[in-house]
Amino acid sequence: MSTEVQDIQAAGDGAERRLNMIEAINDALDIMLERDPDVIVMGEDVGYFGGVFRCTAGLQQKYGKTRVFDTPISECGIIGVAVGMGAYGLRPVPEIQFADYIYPGLDQLVSEAARLRYRSATEYIAPMTVRSPFGGGIFGGQTHSQSPEALFTHVSGLKTVIPSTPYDAKGLLISCIEDNDPVIFFEPKRIYNGPFSGFYDKPAEPWKRHPQSAVPEGYYKIPLGKARTVSEGEALTVLAYGTMVHVAESVCREKGVDAEILDLRTLVPLDIEAIEESVKKTGRCLIVHEATRTSGFGAELSALVTERCFYHLEAPVERVTGFDTPYPHSLEWAYFPGPIRIGEAIDKLLSE
Amino acid sequence: MADRPDADREAGANKPALRLHVPEPKFRPGDAVDFSHVPISEPGKQPRPDEACDARETEGLCYDLIRVLGDDDRAHGPWDPKLDPDTLRTMLGHFALVRAFDERMFRGQRQGKTSFYMKCTGEEATSVSAAMALASDDMVFPSYRQQGVLIARGYDLVEMINQIYSNKGDKLKGRQLPIMYSSREHSFFSISGNLATQTPQAVGWAMASAIKGDSRIAATWVGEGSTAEGDFHSACTFATVYNAPVILNVINNQWAISSFSGFAGSERTTFAARALGYGLAGLRVDGNDALAVYATQRWAANRARANAGPTLIEYFTYRAEGHSTSDDPSGYRSAQEREEWPLGDPVMRLKNHLIALGEWDEDRQAEMDRETAERVKAATKEAEKNGILGHGMHQPFRTMFEDVFEELPWNLKEQAEQATRERLIKFNGGRPQ
Ligand SMILES: Cc1ncc(C[n+]2csc(CCOP(=O)(O)OP(=O)(O)O)c2C)c(N)n1
Repeated sequence: MSTEVQDIQAAGDGAERRLNMIEAINDALDIMLERDPDVIVMGEDVGYFGGVFRCTAGLQQKYGKTRVFDTPISECGIIGVAVGMGAYGLRPVPEIQFADYIYPGLDQLVSEAARLRYRSATEYIAPMTVRSPFGGGIFGGQTHSQSPEALFTHVSGLKTVIPSTPYDAKGLLISCIEDNDPVIFFEPKRIYNGPFSGFYDKPAEPWKRHPQSAVPEGYYKIPLGKARTVSEGEALTVLAYGTMVHVAESVCREKGVDAEILDLRTLVPLDIEAIEESVKKTGRCLIVHEATRTSGFGAELSALVTERCFYHLEAPVERVTGFDTPYPHSLEWAYFPGPIRIGEAIDKLLSE
Repeated sequence: MADRPDADREAGANKPALRLHVPEPKFRPGDAVDFSHVPISEPGKQPRPDEACDARETEGLCYDLIRVLGDDDRAHGPWDPKLDPDTLRTMLGHFALVRAFDERMFRGQRQGKTSFYMKCTGEEATSVSAAMALASDDMVFPSYRQQGVLIARGYDLVEMINQIYSNKGDKLKGRQLPIMYSSREHSFFSISGNLATQTPQAVGWAMASAIKGDSRIAATWVGEGSTAEGDFHSACTFATVYNAPVILNVINNQWAISSFSGFAGSERTTFAARALGYGLAGLRVDGNDALAVYATQRWAANRARANAGPTLIEYFTYRAEGHSTSDDPSGYRSAQEREEWPLGDPVMRLKNHLIALGEWDEDRQAEMDRETAERVKAATKEAEKNGILGHGMHQPFRTMFEDVFEELPWNLKEQAEQATRERLIKFNGGRPQ
């Protein structure tokens, strides 16, 4: 936990609570609504009801209807309106109910929010944090399971942030809200309530029993662009984010592999130094993500590692990903990158 | 935060401060409910313009509420479709079947037989009666709460349950979320979980039908909450520009998950009145009145068929149950709302109408309800022979890679091999059941 403590720029009185990720996100929003009257929380069902995943529970009651409110079911409207609010000087934190539903708002995000600073030479900016649960593993079918992060990393001017622990979720979200650029904050809903080993027949472990669930009281930030070293090791480097951090961790533990696991935490900006340093040390690199393989973020990581660490590599870079198919409802556990797929890739990497 | 361009905020001190309006529903959990603010028109009093009329002639009907069935359980006025008793009994039978099906599938989800289910309780007429007013080969683009359309079209119950259970009999190969049916044979388009996407698609299908000189029209259903999506507005524009033979049904069931219809704009105008700005014909209809639903859907169908233009219909109804099995409405609305809903229940109203006509009685109703429950139970048992979702993965893994493209490219071939290998390792060569 030593790297985490250094991340804290300003902590409260040192008190901690055991929170799940939903509660940690709620806590971050609560703190930012309290600290900054320009922070606005909005989205489908986020007001009175507190969101379908309960991330905004109690906030409207506490801060009133003009700070925390429901919106029409119009993702294009939600994101477009947030651009206008940001241009005025507010810090909107819109929620898109599922990441699969960002697409109707894509033009506002890609052509407008992401470029406003650049095209106006900073006359106007769009400081906004689009929060959205993403990823599979809850039997959500094709339209409640996708991992579209690569799409956003391809857009210049957007930041993409993905926490894997309640601690990170809170500290990163606070950084995102204070950031002056538009950010996509993807919340891995499979681990909202607890980290996940990767075995479909094993239940998630509640965060309150997990060492990483300790969340400091009060305000603290985790800077964007800084990876977290989950475990130090010599045999290979594993690059992962979100739910896959926990799957990779449990596989390495079960196999007894001396892996150095990096939780990237932010894909844009990316902690290239941490990646380079680790791969040069281990000479082997495994990339794990749940999104489909072709043109996934793993392809970018693989290219970067090859460009920067080629002469240190003992084996070709390996990618473990979801398949290049839409998310299949009944076969989602076959789609999900699990222990077998990761295990085989590790064996292959170590045998070279 | 140095570069935020928000310097001059003190300006204009002697001008009135602007205020944001955020809609709020009239009742929350615990509140006593009083629906007297909902204007309920007198049945039979709404004019019925010619089906080929200028769209503007429907203006009044966009704010009124077309009703046929009165408190006396009799049909009134020019919108009475004058259906014969056999048709009315058939309709009532479909209503009963939809309700029994919903009941059983909801329980099935609670028993872990599937992951998800959505009921349409209270809204049966908006799909069953509407479907019965269309030709069986008119193309429908439903949303997720129109199981009544499939039932009215005679779709096999076992097929429906196979889909819900994602079992080995599921002709959609376990890929779709439960209730996201598809049946080309029944001119029923594949359902998407993305709201309002089917509206422009229905218009496109209708345009194609016109381009080809076909005689089939298209109809689509969208929730009032979803009319806020851009897709809905694109659909309206295309429909009017090309005079597409299409019916846009808006099901105003008052709630979109926890958000009341005010968040889709109902505080300022009606959903039917959306038609006016586009130059579409618009009708606002009592959605719990099976006869009014049938009559208005038939009016719009005739209009489309005669190349007289598209119609937007708002069916004013109430979502009596939760949004889905994942939702608990007691967290955001008064439990009393359901009982107090002033337009009653579509099933009871049709039943009472048939009884008033001397064409039905309580004994026959009880007998029908019993038979229907048995029929659904038998279908459930039959479908369960093909497996339930909770029992694991019924589809061969290779099916996951089929139909992404017409032909399997190299990457999917490689991944299919990987998936098969994983299955053999995971289950020691056996297949999980
Ligand atoms: C594009 C998109 N955004 C959000 C959702 C999440 N969602 C599913 S149903 C629903 C409410 C829809 O309400 P309404 O259109 O009124 O239909 P109803 O459920 O009342 O029948 C929402 C917000 C979605 N499925 N698709």
